[in-house]
Amino acid sequence: MSFEELIQTLQGKFGAESLVTTTDRAGDPFVMVPAAKIVEILTFCRDDASLAFDCLSNLTGVDAPPDDAEVVYHLFSYSKKHSLTCKVRVPKSNPHVSSVEKIYPTANWQEREAFDLIGIIFDGHSDLRRIMLPEDWIGHPLRKDYKEAADYHGISTSRPSLLYPEKG
Amino acid sequence: MLSLKGQLPDNIVTTKVDDVLNWARASSLWYLLFGLACCGIELMQTGGPRSDWDRFGAVFRATPRQSDLMIVAGTLTYKMALRTKILYEQMPEPKYVISMGSCANCGGLFQLAYSVVKGVDKIIPVDVYVPGCPPRPEALTQGLLKIQEKMMKEKFARRAA
Repeated sequence: MSFEELIQTLQGKFGAESLVTTTDRAGDPFVMVPAAKIVEILTFCRDDASLAFDCLSNLTGVDAPPDDAEVVYHLFSYSKKHSLTCKVRVPKSNPHVSSVEKIYPTANWQEREAFDLIGIIFDGHSDLRRIMLPEDWIGHPLRKDYKEAADYHGISTSRPSLLYPEKG
Repeated sequence: MLSLKGQLPDNIVTTKVDDVLNWARASSLWYLLFGLACCGIELMQTGGPRSDWDRFGAVFRATPRQSDLMIVAGTLTYKMALRTKILYEQMPEPKYVISMGSCANCGGLFQLAYSVVKGVDKIIPVDVYVPGCPPRPEALTQGLLKIQEKMMKEKFARRAA
């Protein structure tokens, strides 16, 4: 199915007003999904016979300045050979998204990564811990407003430049 | 002073105790089997048959308890830094450290990253810095020879206990 046909199928089920599509930007066209409906929509995408999205090939978090954060879901169907990109946008002040781990088990580690680096909290996740950074790390470093700490366990995080000492 | 020249049989040599001890130490320099990133691959190549560190008596050991030399080969992250320090502390004295490659020297290409330590000398003392990204086996071998030079100059018999 083409992107337009996929969207028509989804809008026929969930209504046109809540699914905002963007096709004119560089990169894959995507559909913006309300955060409250992401579990419902991805369940439908997986179970509907004509969509048959059996693979969540990527789940990632994005900082969307100034105030928002996004979660991007890349779906792929091995049987139908089509793909779909869904996005969810939440405010950074309250970044809660429902976990899709129950639908796609592969989301477990990918949601932990998005939590680790962007700080998105996935409600209903079975084991939402940091996956790469140390467990005692402070902050979420891929946020645009992340400030590096002065030291980590007494290890200074700065090294004066030999060429430009004034820059620190 | 009595000259021993020509007085001793052919199978006897005279030397200093320190020289003998240091010669033995420098010729059995065991390094820790420890690689952090792509420099670790180059370290394996350096230990392999072509550059053949065995000819210097340098072989890898899989435990810090039997190692004299730590080669920090690769990008050191803060998460690994704490473990690296523990490994260093587990090595018996006297111990030496080679910082291999730009990342271990100062953070290198990744020094602006939030997760990378800006030089391994932030956590443990370094004897020899080998530049390169990664250093070729010849460069790392020169680092080893520099460590051996340093060992040969030490007063091992009269070191502080």
